[in-house]
Parts: sequence; C-alpha cells; structure tokens
Amino acid sequence: MYEGIVQDLIDELGRLPGIGPKSAQRIAFHLLNADAVDVRRLAGVLVEVKAKVHFCAICGNVAEEEQCRICRDPRRDTTAICVVEEPKDVVAIERTREFRGRYHVLGGAISPIEGIGPDELRVKELMQRLANGDITEVILATDPNLEGEATATYLTRMLKPLNVRVTRLASGLPVGGDLEYADEITLGRAFEGRRSVDD
Amino acid sequence: MHVARLSLVDFRSYPAVDLDLARGVSAFVGPNGQGKTNLVEAVDYLATGSSHRVAGDQPLVRVGAERAVLRAVVRREDREILAELEINPGRSNRARLNRTALPRSRDLLGVLRTVVFSPEDLALVKGDPGERRRFLDDLLVARQPRFAGVRADYERILKQRTTLLKTAAGRSGGPRRVGAADLSTLDVWDAHLATAGSELLSARLQLAAELAPHVQRHYADLAQSVPKAAGGNDVELDYRASVPGTDAAATREVLAEAMLAELERRRSEELDRGVTLVGPHRDDVVLAIGAMPARGYASHGESWSLALALRLAAFELLREEGDDPVLVLDDVFAELDDLRRGRLAMLVAKTEQVLVTAAVAADVPEDLVEHRFDVRAGEVSRV
Ligand SMILES: Nc1ncnc2c1ncn2[C@@H]1O[C@H](COP(=O)(O)OP(=O)(O)O)[C@@H](O)[C@H]1O
Ligand SMILES: [Mg+2]
Ligand SMILES: [Zn+2]
Repeated sequence: MYEGIVQDLIDELGRLPGIGPKSAQRIAFHLLNADAVDVRRLAGVLVEVKAKVHFCAICGNVAEEEQCRICRDPRRDTTAICVVEEPKDVVAIERTREFRGRYHVLGGAISPIEGIGPDELRVKELMQRLANGDITEVILATDPNLEGEATATYLTRMLKPLNVRVTRLASGLPVGGDLEYADEITLGRAFEGRRSVDD
Repeated sequence: MHVARLSLVDFRSYPAVDLDLARGVSAFVGPNGQGKTNLVEAVDYLATGSSHRVAGDQPLVRVGAERAVLRAVVRREDREILAELEINPGRSNRARLNRTALPRSRDLLGVLRTVVFSPEDLALVKGDPGERRRFLDDLLVARQPRFAGVRADYERILKQRTTLLKTAAGRSGGPRRVGAADLSTLDVWDAHLATAGSELLSARLQLAAELAPHVQRHYADLAQSVPKAAGGNDVELDYRASVPGTDAAATREVLAEAMLAELERRRSEELDRGVTLVGPHRDDVVLAIGAMPARGYASHGESWSLALALRLAAFELLREEGDDPVLVLDDVFAELDDLRRGRLAMLVAKTEQVLVTAAVAADVPEDLVEHRFDVRAGEVSRV
C-alpha cells in the first residue's frame, strides 16, 4: 500500500477495463514522473469528453446531442436493428454501406472474467426497443470471438419468444478478432450473406 | 523434414548462437548445465509453441533480456522454409514465415514437427492426468494444427464458465455480486463448452484408439526379454472421459449431447464448488500393464518402457503421414538399459534428422553419430 492519494490513483486506474493491479501501479508511477503539462492535458480531455459526449438515448452510440446522428436520420429504416458491441463497430459497418437500419450498442460482450454479464450490457434497453417498435429484423453483429459468440447465443435465446427475424453475420470474418479489423469488403459480404439463427 | 540452420538470440543461456545442421544424427555433448538441452528445447518450441520443461515463457528468455528470437531454416522434401518466432513473456509471441508476419503465432504450428524423448517422459506414466492429456493434445496439434485453435477456444470458454461458477459460489471476491441474469448465461456457456469440448473429446478418443495398438506393440517389444512376474505384459490404454457413455465411435453431436446432459446433472454440485466438473479437462488416459494400473504399480523399468512406447507410437503416427518429424533425444540414452538403448538406436538409424544430447560421449552408441558438437560454457563447436 502507498500513501493516501497515490494509492487512490492506483485504485482508480485499476478499475479501468483490462488494467490489473500491476499495470495500474506502472501507469500511476508513469503519471507521477510525467510533465505536469502532459498530465493536465490528459485530465482536461477526460473532463471535456465527459461533459460533451453522451451516449445516444436510443441506441447507446456516442452522440454530442441527446440522440445520435443515425437515430435522428429520418431516411434510416426503422424495422431493422443491428446489434454491436462498441461504437467503433458502428463506424466499421457504416463504412460498408450495406446497412440502412439503425444500431444498438451493447457496450461490450458477456465475459465473466471481466465481470461483465447481461446486467452490465444494454440488453434491457434492447428488449424495450423491441417491445415498443415496429422492428422485424435483429442482426447480431457481435465480434467473431468467443465472448462475441456467447453474447450472440444469449441474445438469440432472449429474442426467440419475440416475433422477429434474428440473423447473424455470415462466416468469413477473421475468427478470433474484432469486427473493426475486418476490411470493408469482407464485412460487407458477411452482412449481405447474413443468415437466420434458430438456436 | 530437417532443420538446416538454427539461430537463437537471448534464448535461455544463449545471447546469440548460429548452427548449421544436417540430416542424420547430431550429438551435442558436454558436461551438465552447459546449454545442450537449451538448444533442442528451442527446436521443440518452434515446432509446438511450448517447452517440454516449463509451462511459462519467462524462463526461456535469457535473464536480463526482454525477448528471445528463434529462427530455423526447415527443409521439407525440396522446399526450404524460414520460420521465425519472437518470445515475449506476458504478451503474445510474434511469428514470421518466410519473412511474412503471421496473424497469430500459432499459425506457425505444423511447419516443423518434433518428437522429444526426455527424462521428463516418466511423468507420462507416473504423473498427473494432466501430463497424459497434454501428450494427446500435443500430438493432435502436431497432426492437425487446427486443433491448437480448438484447444485454445476450449480453455478460454472453460475459464469464462468457471469464473461464472466461482462468482455464483461467492468465492471469487470479484468486483460484484452475481445476478439472476448472469446465471441465465450459464446455459450459453454450457452450449459453447459442449461444442468445443465435444470436438476435442472426439479427436482425443479417436487418437487414443489409433495409438493403443502401436503402444501395445512397442511395449511388448521393449519388455520381451523380461516376462512379467504375474499377469503378462499386455498393455492397455484406456481413455477415461468425465462424460459417461463415450466411445471412439460416437459422433461429435452425440458427444455434445452427452456432455450437456452431464453438465445438467452435475450443475448444483458445480455451483456449490465453483468448479467445472465435466469436460475433456477432467479426463485421463489410464495406462495398465497386465491388468494393473501403471501409475502406482509399475516398476521403474516398466514405467520407462511404457513411456518410451508412448513416444515411439507418437513418432510412428506422425511418420505415417509422410514426412519424418525431427527426433529429439534429450539425455535419454543414459537412463536406459542395453535392450531399450538398442530399440531406440534402431529408430534413430532410420530417421531423417535426430538431435541427441548427452553428458559424456560414451552415453551415445558410437556408430550412430554422424555430426558431433561440443557444448561448453554456452559455446557450441563442431568436432
Ligand atoms: N533464462 C535463462 N537465462 C540465462 N541462463 C539460463 C536461463 N535458463 C537456463 N539458463 C542456464 O542454462 C543452463 C542449463 O542449460 P541446459 O541446456 O539445461 O544444460 P544441459 O547442458 O545440462 O542440458 C543453466 O546453467 C542455467 O543457469
Ligand atoms: Mg540437459
Ligand atoms: Zn442512436
């Protein structure tokens, strides 16, 4: 244990995803040794991003207003929802221009190791959207890795009683990776070739 | 296949070493602690992505260095392949094949194949079930590199599922308490565990069935001059699955169903204990000599014969697929009596490349050796 504020810093850093106690300590001492200007700039960005950027009240994507650009766009198809893990996945799929519906950003994938279960994800919000709207198709576009697959299986089972078509991106995506690393053509093709899941 | 050139940087005791190697038998001779095993360990690590001596990667990097680099020029039939691997303890390794970076280091598996005989092999017979599972899995991966992925997937799913059980059992001390929604995801992990688990289980069952006759034949051969006091010399190799009612003929679907049923049956026990009790990670390969389990009953000599028979069988299965694997004999001749030495020598004489280590030259049958290297204080020199 270190003295007061230093330990506080280590504890705060340790609460960030993917940062264990050892890394937290390393980062803390890096910050202690860094130029005051650099640290102030980092602190400024942290405060500013929190003040300016919100999550879209509908889909959970990052937005500088109450709702994101996509949810506000009247030309988007309101009957299809594409479920992704992170805002960066929205960017990746938008690049393919294959999808004209709206998104739902879960905020991660199920991973007990990281303490993430359905309650930590925006699953309830998804169920609410489905209960209210005129949605007929849900496309599960979680990452093609074990946690993404588990999340897709979980959602498939949750959505089964509802009367919607549930589809999963076609295989061909690089297995084990992140959606965002798939190139546009591969991702576009996976989108086009999506299949109904009946697990 | 054979290794035509081996270069190491900051691997174990070697800051840097370059060796030209050839077909045939190469002997590395020198007193203990000079770096003989370190050399052959490097070859094995390139082939399998793991060491026969340690589980973690840290000991493989020279003390004081940050990473190790292994390079081998592998000659197969008339192709030449340059395999390179950078070992980064605590982070993922990086691999290159003919100077092209590979997406994952495990994509290098299959380029080079090895079978290692070492004093540690005795643990195959006397050690925990984990030793025997590892033997099967390593052989699976050597035959079909895609199983490295299946194995990694299975281990990851297992870790996720076990963490969930632990959290539910309230013994993780984790950041949060488990909710009802989390438990509903247990079914999902069960399904994924059964998918990956049945693939691994099915492959292991088939491999065990394929191995058994080879192991029996080699054991009978090694033990021939010394009939066993009671019960004969028959060896049995029996894959004991934690899922009941499984056999090599079952399809993957049947195995997955059986695994799911057993998971359901033992769920409350699992929740109580916070452990995954069903699946290939709980299995064993039971070895028996003359109807008695080898572990705990077999003599030292019998255990050695059985361990050798397992390695010989593995070598044979790999060789049946075409290219000879590189045979590594790390300090084994000194452990064996004349009969077993003779059997090993017969195999050695017929293999494309053999790398032998020994403390004294007299430990290696003289007429076998074609290339001799002196290993002393981290210097490797040709004699
Ligand atoms: N990571 C490492 N860094 C430096 N030296 C090491 C490392 N790992 C092992 N060694 C040294 O290597 C030597 C053992 O080499 P080894 O090849 O096992 O010997 P042998 O010739 O008996 O087979 C020991 O002296 C040990 O201290
Ligand atoms: Mg040695
Ligand atoms: Zn939105």
